[in-house]
Amino acid sequence: MGATISLDYITHRFSRGAAPTLEKIENRIEPGEMVALIGRSGCGKSTLLHMLAGLLIPSEGCVRVNGHQVSRPSAKWNMMFQKASLYPWMSVRENAALGLLFSGMAKAEAFSRVDELLEMLGLHDKRDVNVQSLSGGQQQRVALARSLATDPEILLLDEPFSALDAFTRTALQEEVPAICRDLDITMVIVTHDIDEAIAMADRVMIMSQNPGRIVGELDVELPWPRRHMDAGFQSLRDQLMTQFKETDDGLAGRKAITETTDDDAENAA
Amino acid sequence: MSTQTTQALSGTSGAQVNLAPVISWLAALRYPAIGITTLLALWWLGGYVVANDPDMWAFANFAPAPTFSALYDLVASGDIWPTIVSSLYRVLIGLFWGVVIGVPVGVLIGYVGTAMKIANVPFQFLRMISPLAWMPIAVLAFATWDAAIIFLLVMATVWPIMFSTAHGVRRIDPNWFKVAKNLGASGPQMLRRIILPAIMTDVMAGIRLAVGVAWVVLVPAEYLGVTSGLGYAINDARDTLAYDTLAAIVLVIGLIGYGLDTICGLLIKRFNWHVE
Repeated sequence: MGATISLDYITHRFSRGAAPTLEKIENRIEPGEMVALIGRSGCGKSTLLHMLAGLLIPSEGCVRVNGHQVSRPSAKWNMMFQKASLYPWMSVRENAALGLLFSGMAKAEAFSRVDELLEMLGLHDKRDVNVQSLSGGQQQRVALARSLATDPEILLLDEPFSALDAFTRTALQEEVPAICRDLDITMVIVTHDIDEAIAMADRVMIMSQNPGRIVGELDVELPWPRRHMDAGFQSLRDQLMTQFKETDDGLAGRKAITETTDDDAENAA
Repeated sequence: MSTQTTQALSGTSGAQVNLAPVISWLAALRYPAIGITTLLALWWLGGYVVANDPDMWAFANFAPAPTFSALYDLVASGDIWPTIVSSLYRVLIGLFWGVVIGVPVGVLIGYVGTAMKIANVPFQFLRMISPLAWMPIAVLAFATWDAAIIFLLVMATVWPIMFSTAHGVRRIDPNWFKVAKNLGASGPQMLRRIILPAIMTDVMAGIRLAVGVAWVVLVPAEYLGVTSGLGYAINDARDTLAYDTLAAIVLVIGLIGYGLDTICGLLIKRFNWHVE
């Protein structure tokens, strides 16, 4: 069952007195919704995703999942990273079953559940091989199986396909949202790829930089599976690109920040 | 028809297959064989020179022939076994404590940056002190000679194991921690399923170094006090002028040391998860 995520007025500073990396972020993600978070690299979108996962606690405000404040990581809201980071001393199966084993499930039961997932992801013939012999795409599929094995309510994706070849990437961009819809999982993906955002999400949030804020939103109401060549896809991409550029008027943004910092300095003095 | 041909073929290749491993095994042994033969030749030459030198002829029993005959006697009479057992026992107990102390401390100083900063200088300082230099203190501090020797062996084994473990921990991919935390790993689970397997190769490499150092330190440590072990046996042979026995024990020390190192090498291979 997908979960509701609410971002309650999140502001984050990496050190006391530093300019905020994230500022006053407020939003609500509905159960089963698929959201893409786009922005320039360094805008804090990945930081925000780590907060959703409970891997980082915001200095002000909080993340709530189904109304409960997130204070630590849980296998119920699961994150996939850019690198698959599989454990080379474990087989494909053991890697995929890791979350279940951590939760105390018996090995045999965990393996039988994971076998179904591996079958679904086309890895059933690889389940006993060493993960180091897999291709990048296969490794990322194992990581996906590992994330799905624990029956997550939320799947968080931190640019998970950016290191893959175009063919594998396109396939996974189609598969992952389909799986999330099937299993009713709330999905949040962080990306700097506008096409990826449109291909995978119901709603795209645009983040500005310095400080990171959500400055725009766009609903993607295209049928599944989405094709990059479709007219609807193209026009949405143009809209998003325009919005994205508007948020990126660097000079004005930077000027505003210098002024606030000066004010702060005066206040401090 | 085709099946018959296949059978015939597999029949002939079967006969060849029986020989092939033996041949490749022999081929692999050819360079070590050259090395060992050279060593034996030099030894024999040294023995010949000593035997023909009027000042040194008394030591002629160090030569290969008397040595191997003494070795045969030692093995045949069974006298050598208690000696080997007591030496191996000391090394294994020393190694055990080296691991028990070295691995947890290594994990700690590898994992906690501050602990590394604090411990680095004192540990590097202690590491450079020859384990044998602790002998007088060990003798004062421990009730038995055996315990004193084991203490020296611990002082020899703990540093390589500790530093190798710490190095292994620092080398762990930080993403592995993040993924495990994300999957809900508790502290002990993180240790057992992630940290320990990740550092196993480095711990084994440290143990291999430690075994080498311990075996080298053991013999001089056994010169003192105890009445068993290979070091004692060497001293005893010297006192009774049994140079052939002395040389045979030197041979045994080398052989066991080589054997221990080979076992460690195999264990490293067993625990190594890196793909070459």
